[in-house]
Order: sequence, then C-alpha cells, then structure tokens
Amino acid sequence: MATYAFRLNGRGVSADSWDPAQPLLYVLRNQFNLHGAKFGCGLGQCGACTVMMDGRAVRSCQTRVDRVVGRAVTTIEGLGTPAAPDRVQASFVAEEAAQCGYCTSGMIMTAAAFLAQTPKPTADQIRQSLAGNLCRCGTHTRILRAVSRAARA
Amino acid sequence: MIINRRDLLKAGGAVIVSFAFHSELGRSVKAFALQTSPEKPVDLSEVDSFLAFFEDGTVTVYTSKVDVGTGVRTAIAQMAGEELGIPPQKIAVVAGNTAMCPDQGGTGGSTGLTRGGVEIRQAAATARQAIIAMAAAKLAVPAANLTIVDGEVRPVSGGAGVTVASLIGDNRLEIKTDPKAPLRVPAQYTFVGKPLPRRDVAWKCTGTNSYVHDLTVPGMLHARVVRPPAIGAKLVSVDESSIRAIPDVRIVRIGSFLSVVSEDEWAAVRAAAELKATWTESQTLPGSDGLDRWTRAATPEREQTVVTRGDAAAAVSGAATKLSATYFWPYQSHASLGPCCAVADIKGDGGTVWSSSQGPHGLRNNLSRVFGLNPARVVVAYLDGSGSYGTNGGDHAAADAVLISKTIGQPVRVQWSRQDETGWDPKGPQQLIDIHGGVDASGRIVGWDTHMWLPAQGQGGRALLAADEAGIAQEHGQGAGAITQNGDPPYAVDNVRVLVHWVKEVPLQLSNLRAPGKIANVFAVESFTDELAAAARTDPIAFRLDRLSDPRAIEVITKTATAFGWQRRPSPNPSAREGALLTGRGIAYMRYKQAENYIAIAMQVEVDPATGRIGVRRVHCSHDCGLVVNPDSLKNQIEGCIVQTLSRALHEEVTFDRSRVTSVDWASYPILRFPEAPPIEVLLVDRPDQPLLGAGEAATAPVAAALANAVFDATGVRLRSVPFTAERVKAALAGKSSVTEGARAL
Repeated sequence: MATYAFRLNGRGVSADSWDPAQPLLYVLRNQFNLHGAKFGCGLGQCGACTVMMDGRAVRSCQTRVDRVVGRAVTTIEGLGTPAAPDRVQASFVAEEAAQCGYCTSGMIMTAAAFLAQTPKPTADQIRQSLAGNLCRCGTHTRILRAVSRAARA
Repeated sequence: MIINRRDLLKAGGAVIVSFAFHSELGRSVKAFALQTSPEKPVDLSEVDSFLAFFEDGTVTVYTSKVDVGTGVRTAIAQMAGEELGIPPQKIAVVAGNTAMCPDQGGTGGSTGLTRGGVEIRQAAATARQAIIAMAAAKLAVPAANLTIVDGEVRPVSGGAGVTVASLIGDNRLEIKTDPKAPLRVPAQYTFVGKPLPRRDVAWKCTGTNSYVHDLTVPGMLHARVVRPPAIGAKLVSVDESSIRAIPDVRIVRIGSFLSVVSEDEWAAVRAAAELKATWTESQTLPGSDGLDRWTRAATPEREQTVVTRGDAAAAVSGAATKLSATYFWPYQSHASLGPCCAVADIKGDGGTVWSSSQGPHGLRNNLSRVFGLNPARVVVAYLDGSGSYGTNGGDHAAADAVLISKTIGQPVRVQWSRQDETGWDPKGPQQLIDIHGGVDASGRIVGWDTHMWLPAQGQGGRALLAADEAGIAQEHGQGAGAITQNGDPPYAVDNVRVLVHWVKEVPLQLSNLRAPGKIANVFAVESFTDELAAAARTDPIAFRLDRLSDPRAIEVITKTATAFGWQRRPSPNPSAREGALLTGRGIAYMRYKQAENYIAIAMQVEVDPATGRIGVRRVHCSHDCGLVVNPDSLKNQIEGCIVQTLSRALHEEVTFDRSRVTSVDWASYPILRFPEAPPIEVLLVDRPDQPLLGAGEAATAPVAAALANAVFDATGVRLRSVPFTAERVKAALAGKSSVTEGARAL
C-alpha cells in the first residue's frame, strides 16, 4: 500500500492506495469523507466529479491518485459552508440554481475555476465554459444566471 | 395516555446514520434512529402519523412523498406551517421512511402536494383546532377569539398568549384527523403562495446534502454487479483468476446473478470491470431501427377505446377536408445523472434498505415478496438521490443490495455504473400515433380519430433484475403509468375517438418517465392541430382560441402570446430567412390529463439548413396549476420540464440491437448541453381560490409540439418523429423524410 501526499482544501494530507491508478474521486469520498464530488459516469463525460487541482478544474474520476502528489486539491467543501459560502456558492443559492443537486458541486467547481481565469466573462463564454457539465434536471437557465451573478459579485 | 417522543427516538433501533435535516433548526439532531419505532403511528387517520411537535417549538412532518429535487419538502412545510401558524423554517420534513411515515402512496403523477401536501394540511388543520382548544382552556378565552401566529396562540384582539411548544411540549396529540377541520382562508395566507428558499439548495451548493450515495453504515462492504452482456443471457462460467491481482475481492454468484464485493470501493469497481465471465447468447429484441414499423406490425394483445364521442371514423370519412398524420416517440431513458445507489443491511427475514426510490412503501413490499422477507421487519428509508423523473434503476439497485446483503450477512452498498444506469433502467415506452381529422366547409373540426400503438401494460410488480438473474420466481408486471391520456384534442370537435392498440410484445422493461404517455400524445395532438391550422391558412393561436371556451385555457394562451409578442399569421413563416438561417415560432397548448394544469408554451427557433441543427432562441410558458404554494420552486420545476423535454425532443433515443441496449453513456445517449439552453420566461397564473394541482411534470407535455410547430413555421417541413437530430432534420429538409408518414389530404 503506497502513500500519496498532497494538499487538500488547504492542509497537507496523505492518502493510501493499493493502486496508483485509483481515481482521486474514490480517495476523496472514502478516505477523506468529502462527498461533494459525485460519481456520475467514471468516463469524464459529465463533470459531476469536478474538483480543482492547482486552480484548474479537473475530473476527479479521471485523475489518478499518483498524479495528485504534491498538488493542491480544492473540493466544493473547501470553498465555503452553508453559513459562509464563497461567492459562487452564494450566487447558486441566491438563484436557487439546483434541483436534485447531483451535478451542482461539479458546476460550482467548474464555474469557480473558470471565473478565476476569466473574471469578466460574456454570456456566451459562460455557456461554453459549462458545455462539458451535464445537468439532467434542466436547471440550466438558473445555473447560467448564477455564474453571471458570481462574475458581478 | 401521553408518550414522550424524544425517549422513543432515543430508544429507536440498532442503526444510526448521520442525517442532516434538523441541523438548521438550531437543534442538532444529527443522529436519527431509522429502525422501527412501533409506538410512532403511521396510520393515515392519526394526526400524530403526520406531525410531531417538540418543546423547542419545532415541528417534524412525516410523509411518504419524497423530494427528488422538486422542492416538495419545502412546499409541504409551507402548507403545514400555514395551518399551524408556525413558520415553515421551524418545520422539518421526514420523507419516505417506511417505519416512520404514513403511506400516502408513491411519489408519482405529480401527487406530492395534491395528495401528500393536502393530507398533511388537513392533519395540521386538525392539530390547529386541538391546539386552540387547549389554549382556550388555559387562557380562559373563547376558541373563536384565538389565532396562532409565529408559534403562539394569541387572542385576536391582543393580550397575553401561550406558545404551542408550552402547550404540547414533546407530547403527542392522540387525535384522529378531522376531515371537516376548517382550513385557513387563502386570502389570509402568510406562507403559502410566497417564495421560500429551499433549505436543501444551500446544502447542495456546499457539498453537505446527504445523498444515499454518501451513506456509510458500520461494517458496510462495497459491491458492484456484473450484468449480463445480453438481456436474458445466462451465466456459464466465471474466471476467478481474472481478478486475482485485485486485493480482497469476493465474488458473489447466485445463478446468473454475478457480483463482486470488497471493503474498498475502487477494488470492487475494478473487479467488476475486469472479471471475465462466459455467458450464453441471447437475441430477444427486435432492434431499434424501424421500431415504428415494428410497433405497427406487432401482434396486438387487445384494442381499447379510451375516448369516444359520436362517430369519429364516419365523421372523418364524410368530411370536406381530411388530413392524416403519423407521429412516433422512441424509448427514452431516465438517464439520471448519478447512477443508482442503495445500501442494504439484511439480517434474517428483515433489515433496513436505504434507497432514493420514489416509492419506498411499494419497494418494501416488492422486496419482501421477492426475497422472502417479512415486510413488518423491513424498513425502506429514503435518502436523496440523483433526480429520477419516474422509476429509474433505483429499485433494481436496492434489490441488488438486498440480495447480496442477505447472501453474505453484511451491510452492502451497491452503486451502478453509468453504462448500467443508461442501459438497464426501465424505460419510457415507444409510442406510435396516427391521427385522422376531418374539417367541414366552414372550418369546423367534425371528426378526430386517434389510433395509438402502445406496449401492453401487465399487472403485477415490476420484475427485479437481480431476482430474474438469480432465478428467484417473481411477478413480471409492466407498468409505464397512464400513457393513453391527452390523446384527444382539447378543442371543440363534434366526433372524437381515441383507440389504443395494445402491443403484446414489450422489448424493454417499462416504467413511468416524466409525463408518461402524455409527452408523445400531446406532441401528436398539438402537432396535428397545427397541421389543421396550416391547412386552413389560419394563425395557429387564432385557430386554437376559436375552438376553446374554458377561460383558464384562453388565459394561458393569451398570456403566452402576449409575452412572446405573437403576430397573427398562418405558418409557415413567409419571411423565415435570416442570413443562412431559417427562423420561426410555434405554440402548443394543453390541459394536463384533460383535467389538471392549463399550460401554453411558445418558442422561437432557428434552423440551419446546411447542418440540420435546431437552435431554440427563447421560450415563454404560461402555467395555471390552481393554488400556487411556492412560486419560485414551481418556476424551477417548469423550467426543468421545458429544458429536459427539449433534450428529449432534440437528442434522446434509446437504441438497441437484437441483444442489448446500445445507448449506454453520454456519448451514445446524448442530452442537451449548456450552449443549447434557451432563455425561458415562466408566467404563473395563481388561483388561490382553486385546488392546487401537481406541477412536477405537466409542463413537459406541450414542449415537443411547440418545437415541431416552430420548426414547421421556419422551414415548412413537419417533423413527426422524435428526436429531431440534426441528421434527421437535414434529411427532412432535403425531402428525404422520414420514418413517419406525412400529412396528406385523403
């Protein structure tokens, strides 16, 4: 069982895995009890498992644990809490931009990474930035409004 | 006799799980007993079955109606709070736990509020009566002079009051629901009809909402099921050496039910993917290519006339102008974003199953029947899941977990793969619809004759995959919901018939999928209405309004037309061309089930004739579901219905060959993406004086027709077969259309 050290939501951690190819998603959920990132497809097609690695949005279902060593991982839990949400989370709450919520963590992490790179996005840039994230409940218009609101915040 | 409920909860049962629903009430009840508490009533006649009062002034509501992302929890808290005079922020809702919640039926057909909320409202009105009577005795004020505001019973004229909490404490009311207990008057509502944020949204935006996927119970193992490569294939042999390199994995095989179990989830995932097994060949399916023709030619089990008024066939055949058209809707998947998950802990003939099932009570009964458990000793506890929009694979996942847990004697968590979720969830059925219409010389519709070819519904429980694979005898019911409704037009027509040809052979397992049946029937009826309007060279809205008399119908259409900025003219659009694109507008109207919501949807589209791509530029919807409980949550649902149905109409079709479903992931079963999502304007018609109607699915039904009508307006080409993929649209524009027959004058 090898050990993999990285930063997780601002603190140094180490994860154990028998398989260097184990996706970060399972490590986050089962070793660190961080359940915000969701298993949606395991194929990198839906975005429900999105987290940030060194500030970039990545699919944790496609990120091997051995590739995380020395990196800084941020999950939805690292952004804020219900009592103290960050600006993207607060914008999603204000727009009530969730139904079942299964895609929401991935949406927010994708949007947070995007806004960090593109602080003043156009409406079309926002649409394109979320093109790889799927929402099945059809909450799209609210999510787009939430990201616009966060950009203005 | 007065029983202290808090003691009961402490005494609960063996299994404690983290449960977040109370945390925001200022009372940290994180641990909650989920085992049977025999003392808590669940009988539908008892107020205490629905409501529990606590000495800190909070209330818990119990219901079997679960919140699959609709906001029904919040709306139920508003309805209960309104009657009780207690702010909904102080009301928690426990949903779908068979040990604690009265069985108000499953969550389907938009009955969350129409039955769930309405029964709870009556229980709360009964409780209000009792609370006011208690306060009257204590304050020596006549009951008629008392009201409840903010959790306090007060004289209407002012003066000292007494809190509900001090009157009841933690105790029960021990009274029957009084069906005559007076309800609050809508004009005096303080909570109902006002937007109230859903508390689950803040949790969902911070990764702290508790989903069934997130549940861990002590000693729990992770399991994955290896489904057969073909429907009906039998397991011949398993090569255990193929997963030797993966540590601590156990194979659990019962007949042709094959699964792998491990303490480590990733080990189970890898083992399921890498396990080599030999299966028999199986070719039981007709294939999805030409499914419309297959459906028409398939053996009819029986015919059923579901609507008849006059002699439609004779009226059509004698009409001055006749039109016929055929419409087709393919199999579609719930395609839940999160593959289904369940946790089961079975000991002997009982235990607990955690599931996101929309019908926990029905699931408990079905699991007990199939796996030989005692339903009195089985608890199905709902936890949130990924949105399901009907009965998705969740009940099957629960059966998988039960079978494995029962076999190995340990708690087991099963999560499905993406491929299994999209491939094996029970599907919304294919629907083939012919409509024949006749119009007389004055433009009156004299005859309307709808023929539907639908897969036969079979009585009995839905067969569980695990049980079939394990060789356990069970019922093989087929149910897809009320799929014949809305096959008749909502307009003035002299002679109407809706005739159903029930097709005996049902290739894929069926279930209810959002607006079951209605989605295709309204697509056909409202497309055909547009075809009649176009044939009469009449504006589509004027054509509809001329044949409607119900003021609620007229109001939603008029509101939608105004919001859209509708200019009256016949379709197609004489000035459709905008550069390389063609543009047009479409309308569809419907009264859901011909008895419930009134909805009109208009949209503006563009069509790129070079590629066949349809773009929806904007959507306007006017929606009347009677009394509105939470307008913002309601709009969220309506928007969701519209976007999801645009996805279904533009992209979605389950494909299968002779052996298996071949649309199994987001590449082979694509859904709508953000760049395609249009702006949507929803206009609510609030009618506080009218009964509330469910709204979780109704707005689904008119979407595809409004889209097809807009494409016709833009292009002059009629799309009658879903999905309207770019390839299919391009072919239709080139005149090479399509699998369905065109409208033709007879």
